[in-house]
Amino acid sequence: MKKEHNKLWILFKSMFLLSACTFGGGFVIVSLMKKKYVEELKWLEEDEMLDVTAITQSVPGPLPVNASVIIGYRMFGVLGSLTAILGTILPPMMIISIISLFYEQFRTNIYIAAALQVMRAGVAAVIFDVVINLAGNVLKTRRSLYIIMMFTAFAATYLFEISAMLIILACLGIGLIDLAVTLKKGKGTVK
Amino acid sequence: MLLIKLFFSFIQVGLFSVGGGYAAIPLIQEQIVGIHKLMTLEEFSDLITVAEMTPGPISINSATFVGMRVAGVPGVLLCTIGCIIPSFCICLILAHFYYKYRTVSGVQVVLGAMRPAVVALIASAGASILMLGLFQAELQDIILKDIRIVEAAIFIVALILLRKLKINAVTIILGSGVAGVILYALMGKIE
Repeated sequence: MKKEHNKLWILFKSMFLLSACTFGGGFVIVSLMKKKYVEELKWLEEDEMLDVTAITQSVPGPLPVNASVIIGYRMFGVLGSLTAILGTILPPMMIISIISLFYEQFRTNIYIAAALQVMRAGVAAVIFDVVINLAGNVLKTRRSLYIIMMFTAFAATYLFEISAMLIILACLGIGLIDLAVTLKKGKGTVK
Repeated sequence: MLLIKLFFSFIQVGLFSVGGGYAAIPLIQEQIVGIHKLMTLEEFSDLITVAEMTPGPISINSATFVGMRVAGVPGVLLCTIGCIIPSFCICLILAHFYYKYRTVSGVQVVLGAMRPAVVALIASAGASILMLGLFQAELQDIILKDIRIVEAAIFIVALILLRKLKINAVTIILGSGVAGVILYALMGKIE
């Protein structure tokens, strides 16, 4: 029981810290969560983290909140979900509550502006670090379908600005076709 | 009465904002500026600026900001809770089914096809943030000779620290902000 409490505390603390450092949108926190829960704590598998990302991107609501609901549920059921949500929403709630009282000074502060601009480089480095590992693992599958899909999806979202949800839905379609083909080849069984 | 109105407004925002933070902005604007006239358009654009400058999901940031300005701390709580209720319910159901069926081999085939796309989406988010960091511009507006040296140096150093020394991501993000302010000040970019 004590150990369980400890883990809940770790879940809350880590969500709180990651949320407090998520400058720049949902995929930043996904990279941070991957490093924390897959690499550092080894609570989740890498594939699982990617699945969770696909799910959270395809449903309504803020991505970090969605991801914390699923990861919390995975670890400790509904109680875990609630704990993870609390950790995720407390930092923005506290920060914005304070800033809303004097946002004019905040918005025009040159030190904050400088820090935010340079922080983008740091955030980009974190995402690149995660992507190098993830993309390496996709290449290691040696399945040309997956490798082509990865590069096509990158071009579609980055160069042609096609929405993330459409891309995930398209890949869901390709996955279903892939399943049908596999089933047909294996005469009704999937290995 | 006002609080209840706010609560239901943010449930709608949470329920209909599919596909990342920016999808929520027009919805919040419609509810807060359009339907309920709780803020002027000018106040609303301040809100977006502040939400972008602070960590956390844009819809949670907006819910907190609107709640605080309209009704103080109770407003913050109700708006934020309203905003996450749809996420919580939907993701809890999906998490339940995902963990029930994820080991089924057919499901694995379909999920397998979605993973390369998720890697691509994360990579694309990283590339966008990197371009904003290095050039303060989106891909199509980049002028190569305008590259910002401080940000480029910090990106490279941060990536090396992450990959070779396995430095913690949160330390990297906060550290790059601090390093940025110091470097800017030394170079005389901050008065």
